[in-house]
Amino acid sequence: MSIDVSSGGGLVLTHEDVRQIVRQEVERALKRDPAARRACIIASKGTLDWAYPPLILASAAAAAGMDAAVFFTFYGLNIIHKDFGRRVKVSPVGNPAMPMPVPMADTFTGLPGMKDMATAMMKTKFKRKGVAALEELLQVCRESSVRLIACALTIEVFGFKESDFIEGVEFGGAGAFMSEARRSHVTLFI
Amino acid sequence: MAELEVGEDMVLDCRGLRCPMPVVRIGREVAGMGAGQVVKVLATDRGAVADVPAWAADTGNEVVTWHEAGDHLVFYIRKGFAED
Repeated sequence: MSIDVSSGGGLVLTHEDVRQIVRQEVERALKRDPAARRACIIASKGTLDWAYPPLILASAAAAAGMDAAVFFTFYGLNIIHKDFGRRVKVSPVGNPAMPMPVPMADTFTGLPGMKDMATAMMKTKFKRKGVAALEELLQVCRESSVRLIACALTIEVFGFKESDFIEGVEFGGAGAFMSEARRSHVTLFI
Repeated sequence: MAELEVGEDMVLDCRGLRCPMPVVRIGREVAGMGAGQVVKVLATDRGAVADVPAWAADTGNEVVTWHEAGDHLVFYIRKGFAED
């Protein structure tokens, strides 16, 4: 559509013209909206299965040109702990949805060593299927400038030290998260 | 479709990689390309059928065409001209 505004007095805008102009302007404004380019994710779980979604989504956000931040709180701190390889595990206990080779009672899967076995099995399965390891996803996040923010409150409550966490981690609280989140259209609690 | 025959300037093999790695690799590859250049991407991740066009739409790039070739998918992605 083109509107001739030079024909002095001859300009007639129909309702449809106005609607179209408004639509175009709104679309243009939405494209420029910086919040559309920001994602803010809370990672609150510290098991192997729950460590994946925040890192996968943050990596995908960064790949799509977004500024992404992941705020690690409570058990989620495990994911960015220097020792995460040994801390991040998965257990079939209390998770009836976990696929098992044969049905097993919780009293059996709760025996010593079963957690390590389940963890090893999941890692092997993921690797065989070509799923990136957590180390790799964390590396992608860091290389693509995803902000990794550790919850200062949980660090203190759980008795961690700032030096317990991997390189590049920032520290902050609910205020820091909210400040990010209010400028992000994508906010997720995982 | 702008053209049926698409020539590629580079090839990126993402076969065997799972979500989100194909878009991560494509993002890196395209970042190093010039506007208008085309990368041919091979992938086996079925999610790429939805992920790659969505990624392209969000980043101002274009999936010129894609097809299945036996056991894998082939995408032709043309780098867009920076908008902003």
